[in-house]
Amino acid sequence: MTNKNALQPNNEPEKHPFIEFEGVTKVYGQGQGAMEALRGIDLRISKGEFVAIMGPSGSGKSTCMNILGCLDTPTSGTYRFRNVDVGRLTRNQRALLRRHYQGFVFQGYNLLNRTSALENVELPLIYRGTSGRERRDRALHALETVGLKGWETHTPGELSGGQQQRVAIARAIVTGPAILLADEPTGNLDTARSVEIMELLTSLNSDQGITIIMITHEPDMAAYARRIVHFRDGLVASDEPASP
Amino acid sequence: MLWNTILLSLRELRRNVMRSFLTILGIVIGVGAVITMVTIGGGATLQVKEQIASMGSNLLMVSPGKRFGPGQASGTILFKEADVEAIAKEVSSIAALAPVSSQSIQAIYGNQNWTTQVTGSDNQYFRVTNRSVKTGRQFSETELRSGAAVCVVGETVRKKLFGGQEALGEKIRLQKISCEVIGLLQGKGQSTMGMDQDDVVIIPLRTLQRRIAGNQDVNLIQVSVQQGASTDKAQRDIQQLMRERRHLSASEDDNFTVMDMKEIANMLTGTTQLLTALLSAVAAVSLLVGGIGIMNIMLVSVTERTREIGVRLAIGALERDVLLQFLVESVVLSSCGGLLGIAIALSASVWLAAMLRVPFVFNASIVVISFLFSGAIGVIFGYFPALKAARLDPIEALHHE
Repeated sequence: MTNKNALQPNNEPEKHPFIEFEGVTKVYGQGQGAMEALRGIDLRISKGEFVAIMGPSGSGKSTCMNILGCLDTPTSGTYRFRNVDVGRLTRNQRALLRRHYQGFVFQGYNLLNRTSALENVELPLIYRGTSGRERRDRALHALETVGLKGWETHTPGELSGGQQQRVAIARAIVTGPAILLADEPTGNLDTARSVEIMELLTSLNSDQGITIIMITHEPDMAAYARRIVHFRDGLVASDEPASP
Repeated sequence: MLWNTILLSLRELRRNVMRSFLTILGIVIGVGAVITMVTIGGGATLQVKEQIASMGSNLLMVSPGKRFGPGQASGTILFKEADVEAIAKEVSSIAALAPVSSQSIQAIYGNQNWTTQVTGSDNQYFRVTNRSVKTGRQFSETELRSGAAVCVVGETVRKKLFGGQEALGEKIRLQKISCEVIGLLQGKGQSTMGMDQDDVVIIPLRTLQRRIAGNQDVNLIQVSVQQGASTDKAQRDIQQLMRERRHLSASEDDNFTVMDMKEIANMLTGTTQLLTALLSAVAAVSLLVGGIGIMNIMLVSVTERTREIGVRLAIGALERDVLLQFLVESVVLSSCGGLLGIAIALSASVWLAAMLRVPFVFNASIVVISFLFSGAIGVIFGYFPALKAARLDPIEALHHE
């Protein structure tokens, strides 16, 4: 069932960019009321990069993130993830891509309430079919990585916002994803907590080689990334390395 | 994989224990009601059967008139003693038979009176109806032939008229005749349909015919077939004989009825069974309502958990995983309801059976069927909400408030 072969790149992925947008557009609605969210995006991101996406609201950065995360498909143009044309995949195949290669972190944490941190982190592994002991060990390890050792049995209600976001990051990395997609991960946190989260993301990027793409409003947070892409009116306005 | 899904569902239900319990209440009540009805109904049926067996097995009742349909009251030809003699002589497999005529009459002793069933018959009656005389004696030949004013009294009548006093040898008044009590019947206890088998006074048939009814009629012939002989054959023989005696042509229906105790038993148990079936049907409807309750809560739950479903889809759940999770949740819910219902029904049945004085009959098949049915309700009523959850668009679901 897992049909993983369909998701494998057809030849030597190293020769192709890890992520490649070619003239990607996204139009919502039809006819008169149609709204162009993306108007032709070209973007390449290599393995191991840490990219911040910035831009005013309505600039298309969230739409871009949805397409990156295989939650949505381009109206026209192609999006290749590991040289697989995501636009041609079925809903289930895209779900499998997410399951095997991607981790998500949301602004609002989106943890299951009344469920312990450990069980929250175990969730993606359950969908992967990882069983019993291994699942528990990996979840414990992920919690340790984000610095929450000893908090395994706490439910989201008993954790601070920063801690909740750490649990969410643990949930995203527990499967050992190739890429971490973070949608305003510090949007709900104060500066001190935000800095902690950014430092955690930076270390995940440099120590574990996880590619990170992050949406943010705050230039201070974007400064942690090594490359900043600005969106405006559905187009890439600027794409440059972060100033050191 | 399935195990993991079940694990997810159980974790989900654990998060909402109170709501889960309220959700299954309909199923609990439905399953509980069905099983209780069937169990008590089964006990009542068994009781009826046992009571009929106590009245004497292989018993035939020959009564005048057609079995069903109109014209029963008018034009009914009653039996005569000659009919009784003919049956005794012609039908070979008969062990005993008793002619019976009865009337409801007020019996008086001193300043006590009690309206009871006065039955005119002979000594065979005791044998056919499995009765015995506890103290005193049966009728003598002379008393039977002459229609003497003597009687054998049932336990209820004795209590009502004599209380603690000695009854044997005393005289009770039945209409115009003064009857000497020569025997007391062994008590038989309550019969079916609340009829008291001990509320009876037995006198010689001739006494009833001549001195009370003023006719030569026999209302009913009770026949006891020999042990081991076929009651069906005896029934057919009697039917044949009576048709001949009444000169019925082949095109005419019987104007009398020969009924087997088995048929009477079936008639009575048929009534109880029908009632049980009807009550169970009502209970089954409540089971259905319980199912709708589950669907309702599952739909609410899907709406409420839209965001969570979005997260699940975003972190790699397939449509199938979400569908299965919600389906398993609903099946686990309804099955738990079923189990709880079974537990409640069995304890309620034991208690009710004791209260109603019917035997407690454990009906394994209805328990199994109810359980499977409650599971099936979970699948049927859980499928639509589960499908709704699985089909959610992850982006919209993630932005749902």
